Amino acid sequence: MIAHLKVRDAGMHTTLQDLGRFGFQSMGVPVSGALDSISLMLANRLVGNHDNTAALENLYHGATLEVCADSVRVALTGSATPLQVLSNGESDMTEIPPWRSVLLRRGQVLRVGAVRGSVCCYLAVAGGFDIPPCLDSLSTYVRGAFGGFAGRALRVGDALPLVLFNVRDNGDQYFPNPPELDTQQPLRVVLGPQQHHFTDEALEIFLSSSYTVSPHSDRMGMRLDGPRLRHRSGYNIVSDAIATGAIQVPGSGQPIVLLADHQTTGGYPKIANVISADLPRAGRLRPGDSLRFQAIELAQAEVIRREQVTQLDAMAAELRPVAVNR
Amino acid sequence: MGLLSGQTAKTDVTLLPCGDTALVVEFGDTIDRSLSETVLRLQARVHSATLPGVLETVPTFRSLMIHYDPTSTCAADLSQQVLALAHTKDTVTPRRRGWRVPVCYEPDYAPDLAAVAKSTGLSPDAVVSLHLSVRYHVYMIGFLPGFPYMGDLPPQLVLPRHEDPRVRIPVGAVAIARSMTGIYPVESPGGWHLIGRTPVPMFDVRSASPSLLAPGDAVAFAPIDAAAYQEILAASKAGEYRLDCTEEAA
Repeated sequence: MIAHLKVRDAGMHTTLQDLGRFGFQSMGVPVSGALDSISLMLANRLVGNHDNTAALENLYHGATLEVCADSVRVALTGSATPLQVLSNGESDMTEIPPWRSVLLRRGQVLRVGAVRGSVCCYLAVAGGFDIPPCLDSLSTYVRGAFGGFAGRALRVGDALPLVLFNVRDNGDQYFPNPPELDTQQPLRVVLGPQQHHFTDEALEIFLSSSYTVSPHSDRMGMRLDGPRLRHRSGYNIVSDAIATGAIQVPGSGQPIVLLADHQTTGGYPKIANVISADLPRAGRLRPGDSLRFQAIELAQAEVIRREQVTQLDAMAAELRPVAVNR
Repeated sequence: MGLLSGQTAKTDVTLLPCGDTALVVEFGDTIDRSLSETVLRLQARVHSATLPGVLETVPTFRSLMIHYDPTSTCAADLSQQVLALAHTKDTVTPRRRGWRVPVCYEPDYAPDLAAVAKSTGLSPDAVVSLHLSVRYHVYMIGFLPGFPYMGDLPPQLVLPRHEDPRVRIPVGAVAIARSMTGIYPVESPGGWHLIGRTPVPMFDVRSASPSLLAPGDAVAFAPIDAAAYQEILAASKAGEYRLDCTEEAA
């Protein structure tokens, strides 16, 4: 039997995601990819993968998987949730903190459980999954039923084939200073491209009010509840294309932040766009979380993004080996 | 307010930032054939220029979105480069693909045909004849993977969308709304009027170029009966059917 992880409990919505599917948006194919790309990249670095290797994105409540390989190295990142490891016929349970890798052996069971401190967390496996890419990516696009594992979220009984059938014993690592999962700071936006479709009052309300993440949010869009934003005249525009993080405002006046699985084009005016450095933070927000928006200049957004790349590289350079205690 | 704006030979062009990962090059705010052709010409130039940091481009009715990697370029540099391209004159005549897409308009395949006939004051046959009378321009692909927005419909067939969208529209449904006709590439909800159905797959993820149609293509419809529909459908499922296109000057 080939090395694989067997799905004991699929979790609420667990999908394979990489950094996204680029090159097909002109054919109407969404980018998809991890909601929190930073946590995906850091999970991959913990197990020695390339940043773009697909990992399991666990939404709300994560999966439980049985190791059906001689050994695997995994890492869980992106939330405060530790990885539960069940051994000896599941009679022993240990908790592995997030932001570190751990070696598991055949028969051990790993359980993610309820995701805390974010809506999602990432389980990366050293070597990655042995699944052919679809349109150059392993990201799952569930609405289109393609990508990832069979184009869908995991189900009980699925066997996820692994590239490696074993890993070397020593090699577990951890991040001494993992990123803070702060959701208190405002999401920074660049206004436009259709801010002039809104009244001056609407723009002021948008930048000064607190919004709440609606339970009707999904990987396509984060719907917000809050003060209504009024359009100057009508809420239909001749369709144009959409960038990830665009904040569109339909007739209800309630903004929607478009996330990984968003449509490539749309006909609602977009008041602003979340800056790329803050997209992973937007992707972590849970239903019921409150948030604010802060407008910054485009040039500033570019500086912030470059600083973030430098910080991530510095964080990755701090990877430390886990002390062997057996 | 745009980042930069300027004049091309015929059209105003405005560059609008969409956050720090995309730039919209906007030529207008209407649905217009010549505007669409301006967008598609710029797309071709951007592709052949292979600008640093550009990931992909998405043409729409009125604008070209350029998705870029902000760690490899910046909006100011990209804007200059794109504006220069917008002012360039093409030396070669652009080409386009021409298609004849078979469509069955029989009642079982056209659930809204009778209602469309009633709303427009035409007979069902007249609706079909009018739909067949135009060679359509593919303005853009969007809404769903592989969904083509094709225009323009004869004015007699222009209707608003259904107020209550259908929950489930079958694969291949040929539909009309406002000045556009489209084809549902996958089963989905939708608010357009269904006047026919094609057995030809519009979207296939197993293909390196998964959408059959692309912006700029010319599409004519060819009427087929239910027997031909089933025959093509069966052949297509067996991997024994391919719709060919022609190449022509745009």
